[in-house]
Amino acid sequence: MIVHAKFSALGESRWYEYLVRFVLGGLTTVVAGVIADLYGPQLGGLFLAFPAIFCASATLIEKHERQRKKKRGVAGQRRGTDAAALDASGAALGGIGLAAFALAVWLLAPEYGLASLVIGSIAWILVSVTGWRLHQEIRHSR
Amino acid sequence: MPSKRAQKMDYVVRFVAGGLIVSAFAILGDVLRPKSFAGLFGAAPSIALATLTMAAFRQGNGYVSIEGRSMFLGAIALSLYCVVVCQLLMRFRFSAVTATGSSLFLWLVVALSFKQTLIG
Repeated sequence: MIVHAKFSALGESRWYEYLVRFVLGGLTTVVAGVIADLYGPQLGGLFLAFPAIFCASATLIEKHERQRKKKRGVAGQRRGTDAAALDASGAALGGIGLAAFALAVWLLAPEYGLASLVIGSIAWILVSVTGWRLHQEIRHSR
Repeated sequence: MPSKRAQKMDYVVRFVAGGLIVSAFAILGDVLRPKSFAGLFGAAPSIALATLTMAAFRQGNGYVSIEGRSMFLGAIALSLYCVVVCQLLMRFRFSAVTATGSSLFLWLVVALSFKQTLIG
């Protein structure tokens, strides 16, 4: 399966949906900071992987898929749920990539500081994409 | 100890930086296809990039490393959470809002259990 960009998908989102994600992202970042300030970085660090953004994305994906099917005169509830499930399966692989990001930061930050975030981001994309490719190949070989 | 004004400013900067980075990854997730690939961006290090960059400047590299260690456990819990959500959607046909919302408690329990067991 070839990865590609579908820019027309941007038109499916309403302006307030972008605003909701901006506010949710901002609030989650502030809450993670407050928890770290109050209870220390051991607890605060956990919340850097809190799935708040995923919840919003999966809900929007389900809604958009349902609306797309409704426009074509088809009941879209099932397709909407399937689309959200596909998003969740991708996010599960992305979570492994996120663990690679965190591992890089944990081990490299004392020596390399901010550069560890760059190395971690590269590790995240490499591990996530490799995991996704492997998952695709396993699915198609069955 | 930073003044109250400096701390408020710190939270405002966190809010804007977190919102912008999360929005950027969300837009990437919106336009990329297939959907399973776009899903990778639902677990992007968006909140971490905003928080850890600020922590590196304010609290130092040791603090960032400690947050990274805990985040590692949180990320494994996130991956398990997504597998559970996927199963609730596919097998039990829950709506996305019910599946993702009801499983948040699971993420919290798993993440805290990992932390208590492995870090203390």
